[in-house]
Amino acid sequence: MTEYTEDGRVINESGIEIKKVYGPEEVESSGGVEMVGEPGSYPFTRGIHKEMYRKRPWTMRQYAGFGNPSDTNQRFKYLIDNGQTGLNVAFDLPTQIGLDSDDPLAEGEIGRVGMAVDSLRDFEIAFDGIDLEKITVSLTINGSAAIAMAMYFAMAEKRGYDISRLRGTAQNDILKEFIGRGTWVFPVEPSVKLVCDTIEYCAEHAPKYSPVSVCGYHIRESGANPVQEIAFAFCIARAYADETLKRGLDIDEFAGRLSYNLNIFGNLFEQVAKFRAARGLWAKIIKEQYGATDPKSMWLRMIAGGGGGGLTFEQPELNIVRGAYYALISALSGTQTMALCSYDEAYTIPTEYSARLSLRTMQLLTDEMGLCDTVDPLAGSYYIETLTNEMRQEIEREMEEVDQAGGIVKLVSSGEIQSKVSAQAYQMQRDIQSGKFRKVGVNRHRIDEEEREVEFHSYQEEDAQAQIESLKQIRRERDQSKADLALTRVKDDAQAGLNVMPAIMEAVKAYATVGEITTRLVEVYGCYQEPIRF
Amino acid sequence: MNRQTPLKVLIAKPGLDGHDQGAKVVVRALADAGFEVIYTGLRQTPEAVANIALEEGVDVIGLSSMAGSHLLFCTRLAALIKERGLEQKLWLIGGNIPVQDHQALREIGLDGIFPTGTHFEEIISFIRENAS
Repeated sequence: MTEYTEDGRVINESGIEIKKVYGPEEVESSGGVEMVGEPGSYPFTRGIHKEMYRKRPWTMRQYAGFGNPSDTNQRFKYLIDNGQTGLNVAFDLPTQIGLDSDDPLAEGEIGRVGMAVDSLRDFEIAFDGIDLEKITVSLTINGSAAIAMAMYFAMAEKRGYDISRLRGTAQNDILKEFIGRGTWVFPVEPSVKLVCDTIEYCAEHAPKYSPVSVCGYHIRESGANPVQEIAFAFCIARAYADETLKRGLDIDEFAGRLSYNLNIFGNLFEQVAKFRAARGLWAKIIKEQYGATDPKSMWLRMIAGGGGGGLTFEQPELNIVRGAYYALISALSGTQTMALCSYDEAYTIPTEYSARLSLRTMQLLTDEMGLCDTVDPLAGSYYIETLTNEMRQEIEREMEEVDQAGGIVKLVSSGEIQSKVSAQAYQMQRDIQSGKFRKVGVNRHRIDEEEREVEFHSYQEEDAQAQIESLKQIRRERDQSKADLALTRVKDDAQAGLNVMPAIMEAVKAYATVGEITTRLVEVYGCYQEPIRF
Repeated sequence: MNRQTPLKVLIAKPGLDGHDQGAKVVVRALADAGFEVIYTGLRQTPEAVANIALEEGVDVIGLSSMAGSHLLFCTRLAALIKERGLEQKLWLIGGNIPVQDHQALREIGLDGIFPTGTHFEEIISFIRENAS
């Protein structure tokens, strides 16, 4: 949050002091306009496409999923009927950490925060009747992402799609799960190996699919400032790229399919500058440090959305307004995809009403407010260009700091990054409580509020039981010897250090379950032991 | 209250939920306030929480729950608290705890409920006034 000091200074959340007025001198002294360029051309600061939204507005992809795959299928269709152009699948926690619905640890969690998935059958139900060439699907899953991706591909193949032409995204960014969000399964090293298995597999078999969406988003939610959000995300993306290169792939074979998931809450100008800075810097890194020659490899493609960290429990209707400003930030940032946190999302799974309201918020920008009329409309503003230069330099400095401390993988393994962002989150919380950082409805412009009941998405025990029943039915009906054979291969391939994706594909096609496949991998890789740091 | 050693507080993350920012900031706030704080990390079962509370001889059992599974977890933990003779410990929960669940949680045995947005000072005074 921006700091307004007693002596009248203004310092943004990334620590950059904001001047009263900006002019050409500030642009010049901050590094000039060398990195601005043209939209659609290196270094892509102004956008990765020449015409951006004039040609096609951003994809609207609200996060959705709960209960059984059939409940989720209905919500998907509701959103599509209301004009949503992509899907963003929420999975329940057991699925996200590789447990079957009948695992004792899954009790009370089946379908609670997302859709429950045990086998390929669940993917078949969830996407029934949805045209996978018209609607691109993003799978928000990490620890068990390789399995979910395999199920998605297997489901698509079964329906007659050619996976070499299939578009879509998996979140699959495990390094950030160790920093925030916490759905890890395996230790750090094999977790990174698995991510690279999916990158390698997609480069060969599904070259239009984005196997990883590197998330600055959750790192920011965990306490990082906007500069750190980008810096840590870039360090993580480089870690995946470095490991993938060791397998003999060329950077241009996969860099174009790496994508990002970034956050939009906070000071509007700081965020817009952040995205523009990030685009230019990522292009530069991929070109200069990695020697990419295909311009598409240099694109920073992203979903810029969410903004949950900026929403408040106090005066919750203000979150609808905040959401609209965040959507504006996202549109001004030149994102490819947008998703907004719904105003009730801090409490519960959004109702159909609140999900539609978020969708309409985006549609207002495209249809009424002129956000698609021209590319990068803030370009050329003395303030924005100066801040873009300054943010880029700060991101580079932060990345250098990570490198000098031994690299992101080491800092995540030891828990140092986690500790750093949590210290900042604590300081931020104290500054909000003391009123140093302004938060409307929280430490300014408060009203007496009674704690209100919210329309709550209730846990459906009978849905959970139905999910367990359907899992049992799969186990009864499948060709058990085929499933066993495939599961043995998963373990053998993991043991041999091979890419496990082909074996996982075979296993999911034999209706082996999320829990069964994860168990075989755990037998080889072990489980992550969280460093207890705070 | 007059005691030589600081009060010992357990902060646990129950269930499968991985959102630990709230738990960690509360741990820091309590440690800064002079309490001895034990943080469990993620994915604790009711058994694990009860066992740690017993073995460490804590004065306060605190849970941080963000993903909605607090009622089932607390019901399970209440039975273990009773079984292990920990009923006298101050039992708190914080996080995303909707108002409609507060009464049920109090009936289960929770002494304090601190929804997201609660000031640290409020939690600290509550512990100082109620833990023995």
